[in-house]
Amino acid sequence: MPGTARTLMKADHSSSLAQRVLPIAAVLGVTVIVWYLGCIALNAQGAIERVLSNQPNWTTTDLVAATWAMERPVLPAPHQVAFDLWSSIVDWPLDSPRNLLLHAAVTTQSTLVGFIFGTLFGVLLAAAIVHSRTLDRALLPWIVASQTVPVLAIAPIVLVILGTLGFSGVAPKAAIAMYLCFFPVTVAMVQGLRSPQRIETELMHTYAATRLQSFWMLRLPAALPYLFPSLRVAIAAGLVGAMVAELPTGAQAGLGARLLTGSYYGNTVAIWSALVLSALLGLTLTAAVAGVERVVLRRQQR
Amino acid sequence: MNDPEPTAPDHAVLVRRASVVYPAADAPVRALHEVDLAIAPGEFVALIGPSGCGKTTLLRVIADLESITSGEVLVNGLSPHDARLARAYGYVFQSPALFPWRTVLANVMLPLQIQGRKPEQCKAVAMEQLGRVGLAGFELKYPWQLSGGMQQRVSIARALGFEPRLLMMDEPFGALDEITRDRLNEQLQGLWQREKRTVVFVTHSIAEAVYLSTRIVVMSPRPGRVTKQIVSTLPEVRHLGLRDTSEFIAIAHEVREALHAGHGADADEG
Repeated sequence: MPGTARTLMKADHSSSLAQRVLPIAAVLGVTVIVWYLGCIALNAQGAIERVLSNQPNWTTTDLVAATWAMERPVLPAPHQVAFDLWSSIVDWPLDSPRNLLLHAAVTTQSTLVGFIFGTLFGVLLAAAIVHSRTLDRALLPWIVASQTVPVLAIAPIVLVILGTLGFSGVAPKAAIAMYLCFFPVTVAMVQGLRSPQRIETELMHTYAATRLQSFWMLRLPAALPYLFPSLRVAIAAGLVGAMVAELPTGAQAGLGARLLTGSYYGNTVAIWSALVLSALLGLTLTAAVAGVERVVLRRQQR
Repeated sequence: MNDPEPTAPDHAVLVRRASVVYPAADAPVRALHEVDLAIAPGEFVALIGPSGCGKTTLLRVIADLESITSGEVLVNGLSPHDARLARAYGYVFQSPALFPWRTVLANVMLPLQIQGRKPEQCKAVAMEQLGRVGLAGFELKYPWQLSGGMQQRVSIARALGFEPRLLMMDEPFGALDEITRDRLNEQLQGLWQREKRTVVFVTHSIAEAVYLSTRIVVMSPRPGRVTKQIVSTLPEVRHLGLRDTSEFIAIAHEVREALHAGHGADADEG
């Protein structure tokens, strides 16, 4: 129900900044502490064997310091990741493959292209489904089934086929992103486009409104409160799709490619930097969608 | 369209032996049974009866929201379907059914936009209609910012926007408190006095029916049918004080008797 969505939004807006930030900061603090402790536990053996082997009388303090500053730790410490991320952004020009922002930009591009086409496709599919019983029965099972196939299995096939057809670069990656994006949009829009109550539909009927007018003036606006939460899910799924698509191609650029090269060379810090950046990217993209939602739906009942 | 004077048909609404039967597993439900009703232009007709008597079904049949199983229905000389396509009537539902994403003004503009009128014209007409129902100054509010009575007034302004010759109202004030209801009845009465549109008004309140209408059509359930028609002897210009006059009480009594008689017949049949 849109009513529920509105109530949730209200809860979001009315709480003060401190009330919203504090719990998040507390969880972040605990995570960082656990992370540092995890570094000690996971890296201790490696540190003893590789770092402290030529240092006969090491103390516990030495061990802890070593686990937090190793070159190829099992689990790099937060400050190592932060430093690696920072130096990759600051020390290298933007067009250098060593700059993580370049990779983030490449991934963002295919995510956004996939997201836009996925959303359009999802909305069109939903519009077709709510207007035709035949399509509803024929398409919906296939749409659900399409999402049960693991994207990791589909991605290489799609890449090979699109590659044969001469598509390379953004297009194949965007196609995979789109494959993951359209589903939540379709499901939410089918529900949203069907959300007008009978009385509202009958009202349009008494005005002798055409199907197109009913869609444009009633169904679509009524569906928007359903659409936006699904867009937030879709853009996050699109990011996953774009990154997965970068894995099997041996792509030169992109956060997925960066993850892969990091694991080839056992460069755990690089893996974690790419991971952290992709998480930040996901948060940014979701926040951008939420921002658009707030602007578009600001007039609706709160 | 075979009517010799299609611009001024004798009847705003003409219902002849109209029946509506819903198929059901055991026995089909006869929502309307051979109903005859003729409404002249400018009449204010109230349909009254207990729930299940088919008064709303009759209104919905006239509005082409439901189709008849047998018989004939003409609206301004046209079939309900053609009349709907010609936008011959305005319909006010039990609840305001305003779109929450549109302002009050935009809600009133909706039917005009669907008709494809120019934006400036839509706006001017909508402003005027809102003024008539006493909502000038509320144009840019959203429906949720208004009280229930104000919302229903917006929906009346919306129904009047394209100046339909026929206004159909399905218990429009049923969900409102009595004080608001009285005030809206008074305003509706004033509106009808000024413009003399044909109004078909469904209600289950005897006082409302007697106060508003020039003719009261009493209906009875199982099967839904018209049992009595009472022509009001009240003066054309009315005020709420009329409700305490002996004339008003006499008509109300007649309506109540007719409603009871309908129930009696029902018991005989059962």
